[in-house]
Amino acid sequence: MNTPLMPDEIRQTVLCLLGEIAPEADLTALKPGVNFRDQLDIDSMDFLNFVIMIHKAFGVEIPEADYPKYGTLNGCVEQLSDKRVT
Amino acid sequence: MSWTTIIKSRREGETVPNLHDYESIRAHFTWEQARQDLEGLPRDQGLNIAHEAVDRHANGARASHPAIRWLGKDGTVEDYSYGRLKELSNRFANVLQQLGVARGDRVFVLAGRIPELYIAALGTFKNRSVFCPLFSAFGPEPIRARLSIGQAKVLVTTTSLYQRKIAVIRAALPSLEQILLIGEDRQPTAIAGTQDLTALMQQASPSFAIGPTDPEDMALLHFTSGTTGTPKGAIHVHQAVVAHHMTGKFALDFHQDDVFWCTADPGWVTGTSYGIIAPLTNGITSIVDEADFEAERWYRILQEERVSVWYTAPTAIRMMMKGGAELARKYDLRHLRFLASVGEPLNPEAVVWGQGAFGQPFHDNWWQTETGGIMIANYAAMDIRPGSMGRPLPGIEAAIVHKTEAGTVDVIEKPGEQGELALRPGWPSMFRGYWNEPERYQKCFAGGWYLTGDLARKDEDGYFWFVGRADDVIKTSGHLIGPFEVESVLIEHRAVAEAGVIGKPDAVAMEVVKAFVSLKDGYEASDELRRELLGFARARLGAAVAPKEIAFLPTLPKTRSGKIMRRLLKARELGLPEGDTSTLEGAS
Repeated sequence: MNTPLMPDEIRQTVLCLLGEIAPEADLTALKPGVNFRDQLDIDSMDFLNFVIMIHKAFGVEIPEADYPKYGTLNGCVEQLSDKRVT
Repeated sequence: MSWTTIIKSRREGETVPNLHDYESIRAHFTWEQARQDLEGLPRDQGLNIAHEAVDRHANGARASHPAIRWLGKDGTVEDYSYGRLKELSNRFANVLQQLGVARGDRVFVLAGRIPELYIAALGTFKNRSVFCPLFSAFGPEPIRARLSIGQAKVLVTTTSLYQRKIAVIRAALPSLEQILLIGEDRQPTAIAGTQDLTALMQQASPSFAIGPTDPEDMALLHFTSGTTGTPKGAIHVHQAVVAHHMTGKFALDFHQDDVFWCTADPGWVTGTSYGIIAPLTNGITSIVDEADFEAERWYRILQEERVSVWYTAPTAIRMMMKGGAELARKYDLRHLRFLASVGEPLNPEAVVWGQGAFGQPFHDNWWQTETGGIMIANYAAMDIRPGSMGRPLPGIEAAIVHKTEAGTVDVIEKPGEQGELALRPGWPSMFRGYWNEPERYQKCFAGGWYLTGDLARKDEDGYFWFVGRADDVIKTSGHLIGPFEVESVLIEHRAVAEAGVIGKPDAVAMEVVKAFVSLKDGYEASDELRRELLGFARARLGAAVAPKEIAFLPTLPKTRSGKIMRRLLKARELGLPEGDTSTLEGAS
């Protein structure tokens, strides 16, 4: 299988992962273009765990230099749309 | 694995370190003499931190020298010269006076790293009130506990933090008389029961004369955590500035043209002693970055701001290591002269990694909230034994001790033997008490020593090595977390019968907070309940304090007297021998 991911699927999975890290957060109000850390109470360890969860859930390698690109919902969609599930 | 000692040799043309000869400077050092490096208030009116940090430079040749360069999250840059900082801190001191805030009253600040935080700290010192910083990532409960214990009279915060964290606890804070708000982008605010700080500052006079300040007047209240009970407020006095100043010179090697970046948040003691006070008393330029850690942003700041002395923390260094030294080498970091780290012991790999990435090692140092300033350090001109915290500063006597049954202590002279790290009291930034808790303060001393609660050993050449904590306090991302504070919140949840909280070893953060809970009858462990508990704890404690992991157990191991044995939870988590379990409930 080598299917490109649809933005909606990505969004849904990302929100689900955020909900694991910060279950208290109201994700319905999440602004897709604004950094997670500016609207949710998550610290740098939370963000590191989030990137690790993305790596596991999508099976993608994420170099450290790319971490900041996963800082917004739109960023995640953009990054992961290029990838294909294998 | 043993690590090769990093030999320091000075090359021609390099800056001569202030502590160029450890043995000889240490032998001749006295704190009385160190005090001469400061000016004191005019007309012998005492010693005030803000005068040494700001006014004496503003009144002299360094008036237009940049004191603080603030980097906003959004790319804004604001420069504050010593002259401007004097004027702004004067205005803040006048605001306090107008509001009837007196000498000794506690002024709390809950804010991210914004300029107003620094101005409020300095203005509070000028008014001889007591500055109490609160970490902005705390949730409402740790904030309420600290404001209440410290009997806060004033709280300075932002409208956004007020709405998210203060509004819900305000009714529980009767002693809090004034809330001064900083609006979004300094826009006017009009929330009932609060005042607009920006407007008050504009109306206040830019002139202020610091009143007579006794060197023993209380200046700072820094909260820290113990194993049991509520957070403790460690009291520091104006005289602490002598230690801030000298340790900046010796342990961070400040020279007058330095650009210094302390990455710590003033909500923790490092961010105040070295993020505010020490660089200013030394008249150098301090970088303040509002944003949180991000490797490339940090490299860019080091390059663009031409940072020469950098003081950061192991968690950040280890996160940067993940990106590899090649990333660091893409930047022009030729201005970097000295790298230091604090918060928890820096692993030898990270010390040495500095050499590959920055052309020089990290210098680890050790101190804690109670000591007010750096106590044991690796110095620019002293060989580094990677993994060691270094040797005591001039003016500091440290030893490894054992407590005896009789309540005295034995000093261990034998190299390599483990015991509790102890310091001989008497340096200027030594804490003077825990706010309203004289018994807890007394408990820290025995046989003429201050007992730090850290286990360590000393090698044959006088280098100290951290071993672990003597108690259950958790060290995570450079912060101390008291397990009791976390457990207390968890047991407030209707499903939870008992909670035990430990520090689980972690490659990046040293430890992460992990909670074990047992449930009340009628509740079943499930993923859904785990998430609910996690959210419950995070909403109250904030991300910085709340557990990162929660596990269910049918019951928690307890002593016969009913005390939860965290030590046993930790041993089980790590698969270690359980040690002495003779006091375990149910043991025969």
